[in-house]
Amino acid sequence: MTAIESTSPREVIQPGDVGRAPSAREVTIDRWFRWATRILAGFSALLVVLVVLLVAKQAWPAIEKFGPGFVTSTKWDAGKNQFGILPEIFGTVVSSITGVALAAVFGVAVAVFLTEEFIPRWLENVLKNVITLLAAIPSVVYGLWGIFVVIPAIRPACNWLHERLGWIPAFSTPLVSVGMAPAALVLAIMILPTVAAISRDAIAAVDPLVRQAAIGMGATPWETILGVTLPMSKRGIYGSIVLGLGRALGETMALAMLVGNVNIMSPSFFSPADTLAALLANKFPEAASHLDLGALMYAALVLLLLTLVVNIVGELIMRKDIAGGSGMRKDIAGGSGRDRGPKRLGTLSRRHDEEVLE
Amino acid sequence: MTAHVQPTPILGPAAEPQEIDLAELDHSLRRPRTLFSYCLSVLCSILALVAAVPLVSVLLMLVVRGGKRLNLALLTQLPPAAGMVGGGIGNAIVGTLLVIFVGGVLSIVIGVFAGVYLAEINREGALGGLVRFCARLLTGLPSILAGVFAYTTVVLWTGRFSPLAGGIALSLLMLPTIILTTEESVRSVGAEMREAAIGMGATQTQMIWQILLPTALPGILTGILLALARGAGETAPLLFTLTFSDFWLKGHLMEPTASLAVLIYNFSKSPFQNQKEIAWAASLVLVLIVLALTLGGQALSLRARRMMGAPR
Repeated sequence: MTAIESTSPREVIQPGDVGRAPSAREVTIDRWFRWATRILAGFSALLVVLVVLLVAKQAWPAIEKFGPGFVTSTKWDAGKNQFGILPEIFGTVVSSITGVALAAVFGVAVAVFLTEEFIPRWLENVLKNVITLLAAIPSVVYGLWGIFVVIPAIRPACNWLHERLGWIPAFSTPLVSVGMAPAALVLAIMILPTVAAISRDAIAAVDPLVRQAAIGMGATPWETILGVTLPMSKRGIYGSIVLGLGRALGETMALAMLVGNVNIMSPSFFSPADTLAALLANKFPEAASHLDLGALMYAALVLLLLTLVVNIVGELIMRKDIAGGSGMRKDIAGGSGRDRGPKRLGTLSRRHDEEVLE
Repeated sequence: MTAHVQPTPILGPAAEPQEIDLAELDHSLRRPRTLFSYCLSVLCSILALVAAVPLVSVLLMLVVRGGKRLNLALLTQLPPAAGMVGGGIGNAIVGTLLVIFVGGVLSIVIGVFAGVYLAEINREGALGGLVRFCARLLTGLPSILAGVFAYTTVVLWTGRFSPLAGGIALSLLMLPTIILTTEESVRSVGAEMREAAIGMGATQTQMIWQILLPTALPGILTGILLALARGAGETAPLLFTLTFSDFWLKGHLMEPTASLAVLIYNFSKSPFQNQKEIAWAASLVLVLIVLALTLGGQALSLRARRMMGAPR
C-alpha cells in the first residue's frame, strides 16, 4: 500500500527484483487485492439497491397504512395523521419542467455559441470556465441569492403581469415573496451548466468534415447548424435535457428556500407551492411520530423512484451517443468511464480541421 | 447569374445538367437566407450572454455583501444568537472541514478500488458494466436522498446526529465521481507501460500499485478534488445527519455539529440583519472553499493531460 508514495517507478525496482516469476507470496497478495477491488466495486453497485431498499423499509408502515392513495391525496396534517403528496408531486413536476425548458433553450444556445466559432478561442475558454464555475456554486448559495436578488428583481414584472393578464390562470395570483416563479427561474440557472456542458460535447463531437461539406455546398452557418450539426448531435442534446431533468427533480435547497413550502396546488406561477425534496428538507427536523417519519420516507421513496427512472432513461440515451466523456461534462458531472474511441476520433478530426483551416 | 453544372455520373446514365443560381451562394444580408442566419447568430449570442448574467450577479453579491463581514472575528467566533451583534462562523468552518474529511476518506478508499476494478480487473465484463452503470446512476442521486439514506442507516442505528452520519451521506455523493475519474485516469495509462511491467514479471497488483496508480495520480487527484468540492457545497444531506450546533466541537465524532451550508440555510430565514450578513459572509467562505478545490482539480488535470501527452 505504501508503493503509491514512490512517484517514480525507478525507485521501487531493484536489480534482481525483475525478470523473474512472481513469488508465491506475491501471487497471494495479488489474489487478495483483486478480490478487494471486486468486493468494493460490487459494494458500490449494491449501494443503489441498498438506498432503495432501506428507504422502502422505513416507508413500509406508511405504505401499509396509506397505500397508493398517498400520492393522490392533497392533505398533509401530522396532527390528524393525514398524509398526501399530490401538491408536492405537482410542484416538483411543474418547477422541474419549467426550469428544464428554460435551461434547454439557453443551454443549447450556449452550446452552439461555444462550438460554432462565433467568438475567438480565448473568449470561448473564458465562457467555458464561467459555466463550470456556475456549476460549482453550492445550491444553498443560489437559494440565498434567489431570496435577496431574484425575488426583488422579478416581483415588479410578475405583479405587472398579474394586474394586466390576471385572467390567465398562470398569472392569477400576485407574487408576494416566495413562489413557483423564482424557484423555477433559479432552478433553470442551476441546471443550465449540465445541459450546456453535455450538449457542447455532443456538438463538438460532430465530424468537422460533415460541417465543412455543408458549408461547401453553399449552406449558411445556421442552415448548417439546424440542418446538419444539431440533428447529428440530437441524441446528446436530448440526453443532456433528460439528465438535467433528473437534477431538477432532486434539487433541494434552492427550492426549499424559494418555493414557499405551502401545501397548495395552484395553477398560478406566482403562488407559493411545494416540492417533494423541499417537503423532506422542511418536515424532517420536526417529524415526531413514527408514522410521520414513515410518511416522509414514503415521499422520499416516490422521489427516489422518479429520479431513478429519469436518470436511467437519460443514461440509456447517452450510452449510445458518441459524446460520452469529453472535457466539459467531466468537469461538471464528474467523470466518465467512456473515453475510448469516439472521443479520440473527435479530437483527431478537430485537429485535422485546424490543419485544413491553416 | 446562373451556371450549368454537369454532375459527374457515378453509376448509371449521366444526369440532366442542372441550373444553379450562383447568386444563392452570395453571402449578402439582402438575401433572406443570409439575413435569417445573421439574425439567428445575434439571437444565439444574446441568449448565451444573458445566461452569463446570473453568474456575474451571484459573484458580485458574494463579494459585495459577503466581503463586508469577512474578517478574523468572522472566522474565529461562534454564530450569534438571534438579535445579537457580532459573532462568526468558526465552528461551522471546522464542522464543514471535518465532514468533508470523513466523507472523503470513505469515498476515496472505496472509489479508488472500485475504479481500479473497472479499469484493470474487469475491463469489459458484465459486473464491470453493472458497476459502471450504477456509478453513473449514483451521480444523479438527489443529494437529499443521500441524507435520508444516512439517516435510516447511521442516525437511527447510533441514535444521534453526528459527523460520521454526515460523512457517510456525503461519501455517497462523492463516490461516483471518484470511481469514474479513477477508471478514466488508470485506463489512459499507455499500454506499453503495462506490457513492460508484466514483461518484467510483475503481478497485476504490483503493476497497479507501482506503475498505473503513480502515473494516473494527477487524474485521480483531480477527481477527488472535484468530488470534495461537490461534497463541501452540499446542504440537504446534512440537514438530517449533522443538524446544527451553536458550539465548538467537543472532540468526539458523535454529536450534532455545525456546518457552513446549514448555517447559511438557517440564517437565510432569519429576520435579523446581523444573521443575514453572516449568511452572506459564510456563503463567500463556502464558495471560496469550493472554488479552491475545483480550480486545484482543474490545474491538476491540465498537468495530467500534459504529462500523458494525450491530446484532448
